[in-house]
Amino acid sequence: MDHRDLIAKLHPFERQVLPVLRNYQEISEIAQAAKVKDVEAMRAIQWLANKGILTIKIEKNKVIDLRENGKKYKEEGLPEKRFLQVISNEFKGLNIIVKKAKLNREEATACIGLLKQKKAIEIQKADDFLHIKITEQGKDLLKKGFPEENFLAKSFPFSLTEIEEKEKKVLEELQKRKEIIALEEKKKITIDLTDLGKKLASHDLRGEVINRLTTGMLKTGEWKNKIFRAYDVEVNVPAKFPGKKHFVNQAIEDIKKIWLEMGFKEMTGNYVHSAFWDLDALFVPQDHPAREMQDTYYLEGSAELPEKVLSEVKKVHETGEGTASSGWGYQYSHAEAAKILLRTHTTVLSAITLAALKREDLPAKFFVVGKVFRNETLDWKHLFEFYQVDGIVIDPDANLQHLKGYLTQFYKKMGYLKVRMRPGFFPYVEPGLEVDVFHPLRKEWVELGGAGIFRPEVTKPLLGFECPVLAWGQGMERIIAEYWKINDIRELNQNNVKQLREQKIWLK
Amino acid sequence: MPTIKLNKDVFEELIGKKLPLELLKDRISMLGTDLESIEGNEITVEVFPNRPDMLSEQGFARAFSSFMGIKTGLRKYHVKKSGEKLFVKNTPDYYPYAIAFIAKNIQLNEEKVRELIQLQEKIGVTMLRNRKKGGIGLYPLEKLQFPITFEGRNPDQIAFRPLEYPDVLPAREILQKHKKGKEYGHLMEKWSKYTIFVDHNGTIMSMPPIINSHVVGKIDEETENLFVECTGTDFNTINIALNIFAATLLDMGAEVLSIEVHHDRKTFDIPNLNSKSMTLDVSYANKILGLNLNEKRAIELLERMGYGCEKNKVLIPAYRADILHPIDLVEDIAIAYGYENFKEIIPNVATIGEEDPLETFLRKVREILIGFGLLECKNLHLSTKEILNDLMNLNEKIIPLQNALGEHNRLRNALLPCLIKNLAENQHQEYPQNLFEIGRIFSYGKSETGITEHESLSIVLCHEKTDFTEIRQILDGLMRELAIAFSVKEAEHPSYITGRVGEITIEQEKIGVIGEISPEVLARWEILTPLVALELDAEKLWKAVRR
Repeated sequence: MDHRDLIAKLHPFERQVLPVLRNYQEISEIAQAAKVKDVEAMRAIQWLANKGILTIKIEKNKVIDLRENGKKYKEEGLPEKRFLQVISNEFKGLNIIVKKAKLNREEATACIGLLKQKKAIEIQKADDFLHIKITEQGKDLLKKGFPEENFLAKSFPFSLTEIEEKEKKVLEELQKRKEIIALEEKKKITIDLTDLGKKLASHDLRGEVINRLTTGMLKTGEWKNKIFRAYDVEVNVPAKFPGKKHFVNQAIEDIKKIWLEMGFKEMTGNYVHSAFWDLDALFVPQDHPAREMQDTYYLEGSAELPEKVLSEVKKVHETGEGTASSGWGYQYSHAEAAKILLRTHTTVLSAITLAALKREDLPAKFFVVGKVFRNETLDWKHLFEFYQVDGIVIDPDANLQHLKGYLTQFYKKMGYLKVRMRPGFFPYVEPGLEVDVFHPLRKEWVELGGAGIFRPEVTKPLLGFECPVLAWGQGMERIIAEYWKINDIRELNQNNVKQLREQKIWLK
Repeated sequence: MPTIKLNKDVFEELIGKKLPLELLKDRISMLGTDLESIEGNEITVEVFPNRPDMLSEQGFARAFSSFMGIKTGLRKYHVKKSGEKLFVKNTPDYYPYAIAFIAKNIQLNEEKVRELIQLQEKIGVTMLRNRKKGGIGLYPLEKLQFPITFEGRNPDQIAFRPLEYPDVLPAREILQKHKKGKEYGHLMEKWSKYTIFVDHNGTIMSMPPIINSHVVGKIDEETENLFVECTGTDFNTINIALNIFAATLLDMGAEVLSIEVHHDRKTFDIPNLNSKSMTLDVSYANKILGLNLNEKRAIELLERMGYGCEKNKVLIPAYRADILHPIDLVEDIAIAYGYENFKEIIPNVATIGEEDPLETFLRKVREILIGFGLLECKNLHLSTKEILNDLMNLNEKIIPLQNALGEHNRLRNALLPCLIKNLAENQHQEYPQNLFEIGRIFSYGKSETGITEHESLSIVLCHEKTDFTEIRQILDGLMRELAIAFSVKEAEHPSYITGRVGEITIEQEKIGVIGEISPEVLARWEILTPLVALELDAEKLWKAVRR
């Protein structure tokens, strides 16, 4: 019978252990002979047993061994024998006997009881002391020898099954006595090869299979007459991780791609800006609460302002001049405009883009995906910097229905099939909208961003002419965190190596 | 954004109709406010800051009943003259204005007192910018003697018993001891004169915008007639704030009587609830909204938002603070039309999509580094002096933030410290840990703001057997991929081991540093694994590629 398949599947441990089994039966011997560790030998034996190559026999056995006193008596003789040896036909005082036989009081008392039972001594009481002499039976006993002593003379430990019938009584007696006999249950494992095992063990297991294919084998063609050890392909292997993009960047890139596909041009720019570009140019009043210190990060110094645009923006804030607006009706402050801050929204780039745009560039569409900042203390649901997506469409024919069209298309590509617009308020758009999407899993409307048409007070000073500009902005963290089921928003920037390695890819 | 609580019963009575809950929820959010919750009898809504007129139950119901078509068009409010006078005299430039009116026969109860105080507070927070632009005060009319004066006075000559306080206090002590004084006193830090209302008897009524007198400036359920004033820095703002109050009181069933305000030889009656007007071209609305409304339909929609219309003119209620431009009317037309009724149209407009070229380049650099098996990290742009300087054995100039609430109060000037922080925090994870980051760093330089920003690239390799050769191999590999000629020159750097650090240069220009991080720096970070690193200016790579 050909056992090649079976041999091919043997693990190296099995291969090492199997030949040894012809000569050894016990685990530690097997392990030693096969040059593997005990546990490895045991595992190999278990696997081999599963394959029907060997049988494992486990015997439970009661084993007799000697305890402390047992060992002592085996060497020094039983105390009752020593007792008997030092007494004679005449009565002797107990004290003298004990001294001569080198016994302690307790042993002596036990000896008296025992020897009396065997009628080996005679006892007399005089002057409150015991006097003892030997009897004929006692002499006889000394001559014949004690059966207990014969028992102790055996070689320990041995199995209870090996005991002879007549010894049982002696054992029983000894067990009653203190610290002589130990009776323990022990497991004994023996390995027997099955017929199949015997056949396999006779093969040269090391020579016939290839563990690892080598360049040498390929050169010589040595592999041709061999078989490959078959692996357990179903077993788990240690993890290995690829280099990869940070998961947030994976999402950002995909979102950027959507806008590029829709014909939008990317805007990029600084994080540090003047309040003029970030807020004034967007007609945010100079006393707007969002400009306060607790919301916006300010930096030292004051920024240079673009003269021409500045004067247009100033006029529109003060009186609405150049538009049909009444303006804010206050005195515009250059100092407020020149404050330096970390951009509070990516809409600042929309303002800068509009200021650079010429009439002949229209229609034009732009987008940005970038970080914005809000003065917050970091905790599990607050970040002081986060991603915002902004888009603008500058088109003389643009209207609110187009805005709804662009947003619906974008969100469709993001996996949200239904989009709803509600009235909303942002100082720089009119009409202003809140944009909700219908969450496919949660089955409810979720607010994702704001949108609208830039106010004429924004577009006229920047463009130099009036033109509808559709605009929208949206935070990204919520979508990103939800995709990876992240509850603590700080994890987005924690760079936990385990998380970076194990997180699945962005595929929406 | 401010939220207000509406009593559902009062609200339904005001709009004159009971509505199913679902419809109520839907319509409230389509009117342009956010419904926060409905719990039992209490409706909580968020009102957008451009609609302070909706910050009371009456105001909210006024807008809502028009929107629902129950009571549309311009509300007519009647104001009689009271004949009483308010003199505004010697007020400081920083807080010049005061106006007031009288409201009679209000059956105040606990509910109504709550409503009035809510409106007063919410307007104070929003329109009046937390009292920075002004304040509103309410007084029981019976306790006052006309004419009343609003004036600036030396703080040392002001003393009265502030609201809910046991004793008379001098003005300066009010700012130190009274709850409201402590809360808003900072607004008057630089004031040489404080502003007060004084009645004919010389009784100090209040010290705007901080606190009323307990003696004559406390209203309760017993109050039947009110004196209502508003003071502040901007006339237009306080005028509309007071109009909102007058309209609310009229909606409550009160009778509103005007007061003659004398200010700088000018006299005017307050409140003036006459509407303002604005011309609206319907075609403008149609163009912006992509609709085709005729004039009749446009008027109908405007009336649903509480406007009146008269011969091409739109009449704007005196309580509306947000109508600056015809575009604001267009928005209200859109809201009345219903945002849910707009179509989704993608116009046939050809534009070419284009990624920013630097972004494209950085994406490619990122891909090369990933090919080396590196893991990309993303750290925050704000960091600390400790991380950026101290732990790195550096003393660089880093840009501070003026007012950061948290400990992160510096703009990062390098990526390497951030990556080393990542390594320090990941020491229980499997090695090797080979990381990189591409991101923005900040330094002082020539620009509009005096700050320049660069895209930087940093790489760290961290494991037992890493060395200079390994990081140099990655640098070489990257440069080979980009076809950039460069060299590494011996250099010194406080973060690196002497003799194992080099400057990366392109055509004699230094673009970065490469080397083995010194054990001293590792010790500061408590990192127990060797670490090699580089950081270079990614924009200079981009420049070199384009050359």
